[in-house]
Amino acid sequence: MSEKRQTANLSKNLLQMKFMQRSVLRIEEEKNAEERQRDIDDEHWVLDVPDLQQKEQKYRIEPSFVICENLNYGRMSFKGCNLEIEKIMAANNAEKEYEAARESERETEVNDQEMAKRYSTLIGIIAKKFTNKRGRNSQAGKEENGDGPQEAKRKVPKVFPDPPKPSTLQKVKKFLKPEDS
Amino acid sequence: MADHVGSLFLPGDLIQNLKESEATKKILLGPGLRQENDLILTSKPGILRFREPNVYWIDSPQKRYVPVKGDAVLGIVTQKMGDVFRVDVGASESATLPYIAFEGATKRNRPDVKVGDIVFARFSVANKDMEAELVCIDKHGRSNGMGVIRDGGFLHHCSINQVRKILNPENVLLKTLGKNMKFETAVGMNGRVWVKGRNINETIAIINALAVSEFMTNEQTLSMCKKLADSLAGF
Repeated sequence: MSEKRQTANLSKNLLQMKFMQRSVLRIEEEKNAEERQRDIDDEHWVLDVPDLQQKEQKYRIEPSFVICENLNYGRMSFKGCNLEIEKIMAANNAEKEYEAARESERETEVNDQEMAKRYSTLIGIIAKKFTNKRGRNSQAGKEENGDGPQEAKRKVPKVFPDPPKPSTLQKVKKFLKPEDS
Repeated sequence: MADHVGSLFLPGDLIQNLKESEATKKILLGPGLRQENDLILTSKPGILRFREPNVYWIDSPQKRYVPVKGDAVLGIVTQKMGDVFRVDVGASESATLPYIAFEGATKRNRPDVKVGDIVFARFSVANKDMEAELVCIDKHGRSNGMGVIRDGGFLHHCSINQVRKILNPENVLLKTLGKNMKFETAVGMNGRVWVKGRNINETIAIINALAVSEFMTNEQTLSMCKKLADSLAGF
C-alpha cells in the first residue's frame, strides 16, 4: 500500500531516468492487472445465455403415504389408558371432522359470486318496491279511476310496515267513496 | 384414467390420462410414481391407487422403510453422541435425534434418554443423499405424543403395508379393539408398532390381532376381534 503511493507520487521526469525503468515497468503491470480485475468483477460470473423459461409445474411429488392415503396419526390410546394421548386424539378427530364438514359444505354451498349476483338483483327488487310505494302513494292521490284503489288495497298491507298502513287505507277509502256514489 | 386405477404396474411402466384437480389443474404424485420430463413412470411394482380429487400413488408391498419428511416413526436409541442421539429407524442408515428437539429441553435441561429407549419421533430432514434427522416436537414446540416411550409394552415389527392398513381411517381394527380393551399404542410408519395393554395377556392378544389382520377385510377383522374379546373374557 505504502509502496504504491510512493510510486504514484514519483514525478514524470524522475521516471524517465534510466535507473527508474524497472519501477516504470512495474507500475504499468499493476495498472494492467487492475483493469483485468475490473473486467472479471463485472462479467465473469454471469453466463451469457438466454433466460430459461419457467414452466408451470403440473405435477407435485408427495413422497409420503400419510398424505396420499390420508392416514391417521399413529399415537393412540383407548378407554382412558393415557389421557394425554386421548386429548390429542380427540383434537385430531375434531379437526378431521371439521375438514370433512367443510368439504361437504363446499359442494352444497352458494359461492360468493352467485351470492353477490343474487344480492345485486335483490337490491333492485327492494328498491323497486320502495319507489313503487311512493309512486303509488302519489298516484293514488292523483288517480281517480276504479282499479287504482283496488290495487292499493291489495298491495298496501304487504308493502307497508305497521304504523302507516291504516292512514293510507283510510285515505284511499276517503277518496273512493265520492266516486262510487 | 379410471381404467388404470386398480391395475398392476411394473417399474418403468408409463401412466397416462391422469385426472387433474378441477380447481388447481394439478396432480399429486405419491410414492412409486416418478416424473421424467412430461412422462409419468412407475418406480415400484404395485397397484395404482387414486384418491379424490387428484392423488395417485402405487400401492406396493414393502418391508424396507425409506425415510420421508414428516413421517412419524418408532426408533430405538443406539448411541449417545455429544449433542445428538443415534436412532435406529429400520432404514438403510440410522437417523440422528438432537437432544434439543424434545419438549421443554434446553442446553442445560437435557431430556432423560438412554441407549435402548424407544422414541416416537418425526422426520424433520429426510433426504436421499443425507442422514435423516428426527425431532420429538411439532411445529408449535409441543410433544404431541412424541418422545421417549416408557413403562413397558411391546414393540412389534410388521410390514409397512400393515402399518398403512391399520392407520387408514376406514380400517376398524384399532377402534374395535379399543372398545373392548384398555390399551395404548404408537404406530410408526417404519413398520413398528408399540402396544401396551392393561396386562401382558392383553398386550399379547392385541399384538396377535395386529399380526393376523394384515390380509383381512373389515368384516373378517370385526369377527376376529369379537372372538378375541370373548376368549379374553373367558367364554
